[in-house]
Amino acid sequence: MPGDIRIGIDVGSRTTKIVILDGEEISEVHLFDTAFDPLAPVLEKLDSRPKGKIVATGYGRRLLADRLGAAIVTEIKACAAGIHRLYPACRLAVDIGGQDAKVIRVTETGGFEDFELNERCAAGTGRFLEVMARALGYDLDEFCRAAMTADRAVRVNSMCTVFAESEVVALIAGGEARNRIALGIYQSIVERVHPMIARLDQPGDLVFCGGVARSKCLASLLRSKMKRDIHVPANPQILSALGAALLA
Amino acid sequence: MKHAPHSPFSREDEKLWAELGLDVELHGQILSSINAQFVKQVAGRPGRPAAMAYFDGVIHGSHGARVREIREKQAAGAKFVGTFCVFVPEEIVLALGAIPVALCGGTAASIPYAEQHFPRNMCPLVKSTLGLAYSNTCPYSPLEDLAVGETTCDAKKKTWDILARGGGFHVLELPQKKGPADRALWLGEVRAFAARMEELTGRTLDEPRLAAAVRLMNRMRRALARMHELRKADPPPLSGTDALVVMQSALIDDKERFTENVERLNDELDERIRRGVSPFRPGTKRLLVAGCPSVVGNWKLHYLIETAGAAIVADETCTGTRYFSRGVEERAGVEAQVEAIAERYLTIDCSCFTPNAERLENIVRLSRYFRADGVVQYILQACHTYEIEAINVAAALKEAGVPSLKIETDYAEEDAGRLGIRIEAFLESLEHRNAG
Repeated sequence: MPGDIRIGIDVGSRTTKIVILDGEEISEVHLFDTAFDPLAPVLEKLDSRPKGKIVATGYGRRLLADRLGAAIVTEIKACAAGIHRLYPACRLAVDIGGQDAKVIRVTETGGFEDFELNERCAAGTGRFLEVMARALGYDLDEFCRAAMTADRAVRVNSMCTVFAESEVVALIAGGEARNRIALGIYQSIVERVHPMIARLDQPGDLVFCGGVARSKCLASLLRSKMKRDIHVPANPQILSALGAALLA
Repeated sequence: MKHAPHSPFSREDEKLWAELGLDVELHGQILSSINAQFVKQVAGRPGRPAAMAYFDGVIHGSHGARVREIREKQAAGAKFVGTFCVFVPEEIVLALGAIPVALCGGTAASIPYAEQHFPRNMCPLVKSTLGLAYSNTCPYSPLEDLAVGETTCDAKKKTWDILARGGGFHVLELPQKKGPADRALWLGEVRAFAARMEELTGRTLDEPRLAAAVRLMNRMRRALARMHELRKADPPPLSGTDALVVMQSALIDDKERFTENVERLNDELDERIRRGVSPFRPGTKRLLVAGCPSVVGNWKLHYLIETAGAAIVADETCTGTRYFSRGVEERAGVEAQVEAIAERYLTIDCSCFTPNAERLENIVRLSRYFRADGVVQYILQACHTYEIEAINVAAALKEAGVPSLKIETDYAEEDAGRLGIRIEAFLESLEHRNAG
């Protein structure tokens, strides 16, 4: 009911997301870079607001649990809950964030029954895209737009962020068109996450979320690869924070 | 030998390491790293039984007191045999008055010294072991009268070729199937090992000594089986991390003294169950760990699981049930007894066998027996047989309705955060399952 405040905080590796629910309605959304001190900006944002139950998720969840008395859930549980609220028919979520890529089988009740998480390296994640965009001299929006204008992709073979950067530099030096390299990089991400998706795919809607889902290019390539429709929420970064708030 | 003023080690230990010709400084660094892990991941955990103090001592003494003890016994004529696997028939070693100790490495700190010579994509257990040997920091290497390898995996098999150049090496050929020809091969290998041990010790296997060794090993297995029986209680009276420390001690310690201390621990666990004492709250999720061993220095997975809020109730690993499953049948006559020993060791369901249906059945059976809410498959990176078998294990568990999670990792700490998330999420999914 209105006046019942629930707060979800997702301290991600790159961005911190806060969603405040007043009853069942989203009353506030905050997104800001995760700083070296992840706690201070969160405290600042919450300071002047009505107190409510807090659930924290993401890399910094334990820190918030200790300092704010927040309950904690994993990003996987939070993401499933957030997705279920917006897409009740969703049975598979692909969440690509700053440093991880996860694929989650969402249940009919908004829980999860199975998941995949990329291993210890950042290939195929937001951080990988940032490094590649910089190597090509683009900002992230330009990077995405440029890739979508390419007539064909230049294959980028390296999965390792460091080696891929060297490969991109070599391709530029070899005279390859930047937009074709950009498309090649997006395709390499699709190749990287597709096996994780294929392992868990099942009937039902597929939702693509996380910061990387802001890239229209990647969503479009993923649709072609999966040969099915993929939903992308208007604000794909906040789903885990929303889920955390719903679980509060 | 000058004692460094700030050394964390005793003069006695440093003197020992210098006498053994070890790289004392590097050995100190590696041992400090193992000790730091032990303090954080084992000794610092709450709710430990008093009887665990003995096993903590075995781990601490593994580079000191136990090494001195072996040297003293060698001075009195006993032979020392280094092993790397639970397939080595320890009854034969013991019956000839020799001392078996498993020398597998569980520390990340020695791995760079192996990677100077060996491929990186070998399992961390083999790399850690080799790293200790190559950096001259294993206190047992200089004492070995014989090292015993086996053909369980390609990395080990080819490693033996290199280590055997120094002499004093025996390789047991383990068959890959369990048909009649394979049993005959294995029996021949056990007999050949007995002959090699007789030659080494200058003794002959006799019926009373062999029978005594069989009885001692069976008594040890029964004590370990009882410890596991007691872990069936809800909540279990012993953490999985402490149980692992006991299993690790089994591979190092004097078998008789070890067994007496397990029996002492079991009595305390029994008492704890009666008084309702446990490191865990009632209702704590119970997990079975299945797959690769965790040897001394490696408490990583157990620490991650138990700090994430679950209890490990048993390990289907070589530092778990594979070490004590089934006793050796007592038979009259040396030849018949050797046959019974060979038969027992070939019941071990290591992933090196094809096919290996009995392991799949056993994991499902153990998960039910220990009333596990789920199974964590533990795969050491680049352990091909366990990693590939994990597909069949996951399918068998799914069919049996037991949730499972596969963790593939090495000894490094860099992925601890990510593994923690996966383990916590797995536990959340178990909660959900119960609620739904």
